[in-house]
Amino acid sequence: MITEKEQLVSFVLHLADDSLVLGHRNSEWTGHGPILEQDIAISNIALDLIGQARNFYQYAAALKADGATEDTLAYLRDAMDYKNALIAELNKGDWAVTTLRQFFFSTSKFYLYQQLQNNSDTTLAAIAEKSLKEVTYHLRWSAEWVIRLGDGTDESNARVKTALEYLWPYTGELITPASYEQAQPGIDFAALKKNWTNHVLQVLEQALLTPPVNDWMQSGGKQGIHTEHLGYLLAEMQYLQRSYPGCEW
Amino acid sequence: MIAENTIETTKIWSLLQEVSDPEIPVLSVVDLGIIRNVTATDDEVKIIITPTYSGCPAITRIEWDLRIKLAENGYKNVSIVSRLSPVWTTDWMSEQGKQKLKAYGIAPPNDTQSVCSPDLFVMDEAVQCPLCNSYNTKLVSRFGSTACKAFYQCKDCSEPFDYFKCH
Repeated sequence: MITEKEQLVSFVLHLADDSLVLGHRNSEWTGHGPILEQDIAISNIALDLIGQARNFYQYAAALKADGATEDTLAYLRDAMDYKNALIAELNKGDWAVTTLRQFFFSTSKFYLYQQLQNNSDTTLAAIAEKSLKEVTYHLRWSAEWVIRLGDGTDESNARVKTALEYLWPYTGELITPASYEQAQPGIDFAALKKNWTNHVLQVLEQALLTPPVNDWMQSGGKQGIHTEHLGYLLAEMQYLQRSYPGCEW
Repeated sequence: MIAENTIETTKIWSLLQEVSDPEIPVLSVVDLGIIRNVTATDDEVKIIITPTYSGCPAITRIEWDLRIKLAENGYKNVSIVSRLSPVWTTDWMSEQGKQKLKAYGIAPPNDTQSVCSPDLFVMDEAVQCPLCNSYNTKLVSRFGSTACKAFYQCKDCSEPFDYFKCH
């Protein structure tokens, strides 16, 4: 029997992992952005996400109360313990993959945090309220990029079309709650799905893009079954703590 | 319940005025509006701070600077609690702080709150150039040199400048 507290810990870890993994992916652009201003933008988004992840990890550590800290949760868990949605861990790809992925992700977080900021769990509500302001910037920035690329040049349109074909099967997981999500009181996942779908379709239409007809969806990330990409990401991110346990500087 | 020592509390508020934001040294942490509460009793000081952005790397440094400032002035027993809600807003920045920002070359947050909405490609509210005071400026990027700033350029005097965005 899984207790309510275990469900809550899983839920909080899922939120933390989502933000950390995508934050880490986005940070791969730092120093490699297409132009300086956009390099700074994606790096700022990475920073926001990692900050949000820290808030969630601190809460998860406090709930677990077994000696875990935000650092042990981020640096000492294996891929199968990570509960992030698969879309967050995919390689950064080109600018079209990065901005379109950010758009799908931020849309789901925007509507989730909007609900969560009124949750009866006051810690979750506070983190959501704080994160929502930041996510609004991410959502607007990424949606504008999707439209710019889709309704831009032949090259940008072709790139974002390819990105859409690639990413679409990973979007289902963003709006399909895992059992530990469904166990949380006060979240209307049907509304979340409806809001996500409406907003995404509206922006894709403005971007002159049509979602793929094949609507088969990938899943598993939220349950710890990951793509081959996550292991490489963790190997890089956790290298120092794994090689020199407890290292501080 | 140990009674609050209001004289000490007042002294501490003025000490905190001397602790600056490490990334915008012209602003004190009090001007920035992140010090939400100070309570001093005869043997303990409690400070509640509210971070600006989730990922702001300055917050850890600020906590250290607060402790150092208080220790230098004989306050040994200090607890600093980070509180997320209600969330920090640029409305909490002092008027004095806004003037200091402007003199430093950073456009202060606009008075009327135009916080980010998910609406796309909308015109942002005019931001005044801190150098020549013109409102004929353009947004270069909504993300600037730190999480709390956007990047603008003045179309009259060509000054590129940071804008402390409404939040």
